Amino acid sequence: MKHFLLAASLTLSAPAAMACETVTIGDLTVEHAWSKATIGAGRPGVFYVEITNTGSTDDALVGIATPAAGMPMLHETVVQDGIASMPHAMSIPVPAGQSVQLSPGGYHGMLMGLTTALKEGDSFSVTLTFEKAGEVTVNVDVLSLRAEGPDCADAGQ
Amino acid sequence: MRLRSFQIILWVAATAAVVAFAAVRWWPATEDTAAAASAFTPTFALADSEGRIRTTDEFRGKFLLVFFGFTSCPDVCPTTLSEVAQVMYDLGSDAGSVQPIFISIDPERDRRLGLADYTKAFHPAILGLAGSEAETQAAAASFKIFYEREDDTSSPDGYTMAHSPGLYLLSPDGAWLRQFTYGTPAAEILSDLQSRL
Repeated sequence: MKHFLLAASLTLSAPAAMACETVTIGDLTVEHAWSKATIGAGRPGVFYVEITNTGSTDDALVGIATPAAGMPMLHETVVQDGIASMPHAMSIPVPAGQSVQLSPGGYHGMLMGLTTALKEGDSFSVTLTFEKAGEVTVNVDVLSLRAEGPDCADAGQ
Repeated sequence: MRLRSFQIILWVAATAAVVAFAAVRWWPATEDTAAAASAFTPTFALADSEGRIRTTDEFRGKFLLVFFGFTSCPDVCPTTLSEVAQVMYDLGSDAGSVQPIFISIDPERDRRLGLADYTKAFHPAILGLAGSEAETQAAAASFKIFYEREDDTSSPDGYTMAHSPGLYLLSPDGAWLRQFTYGTPAAEILSDLQSRL
């Protein structure tokens, strides 16, 4: 148990750094990019991130690409009339002056065709394509399977 | 003679009143008794990862925390399983009184991908079950939950599963207790369970 706690505290504190990086492109700020460990490479991974539009023009996230997966796509978890489904999101609006979160239970990137299993502590890059701002690449930290989000001082969770 | 027929009419009226009174008294009572006798007791008979058939009967004496899902679901299912795992860790020495069960609604693919590896990664006590299509449908019908395969080219293998994402609690005698809707925090599930233990 002691070893487990020690290991847990090490793995929790170490990878938090990159997920807490902030990248900007034009009026957009992209931060808190994270993913969860997967069991094997046969199941899809997940990608979460937070985007803030400080400008006065609406934008939208229209696609993601990553060397970690052959078929990354944007999805949205929708719970309607007590049924959860996960439709493909063609684009995720990032309205002027607002923040949008890809987070558990809502919008998320689904990383299909993983090149390798994602392990806690790993990191990989994801390139986000915005309708107006263009492309920006962020580093994504792989957190534990049971993580609820990166532990950043400014994460506002 | 006129008095006698009046008496008969009175007797008939009195009897009718008694019958009507009894009917009104006993009808709802009978319904209550019927409802109590047929308490909602959902059941399943499904194979575990080693192919052994597991049924609701063998878990009598424990609270059952049942969740339907599929392992190729990157968002909803891991979130719920993480909450269940948190509840199991937080129950501490009471964890033995609760059996968490994950029922695959995508059994063929989940057997191929490996069900036990998946559930154990969240918590060793979580039992993953994946039956035949017919057995799965029977379990879902028994729990009155909905699931459906949806063709979707943007999902792995070209399909995804829509499903009821709730977490269902059964009593140690197998009766339905309640549902925790998707997104119920682990702390809330924990305190509900602790109030029953």
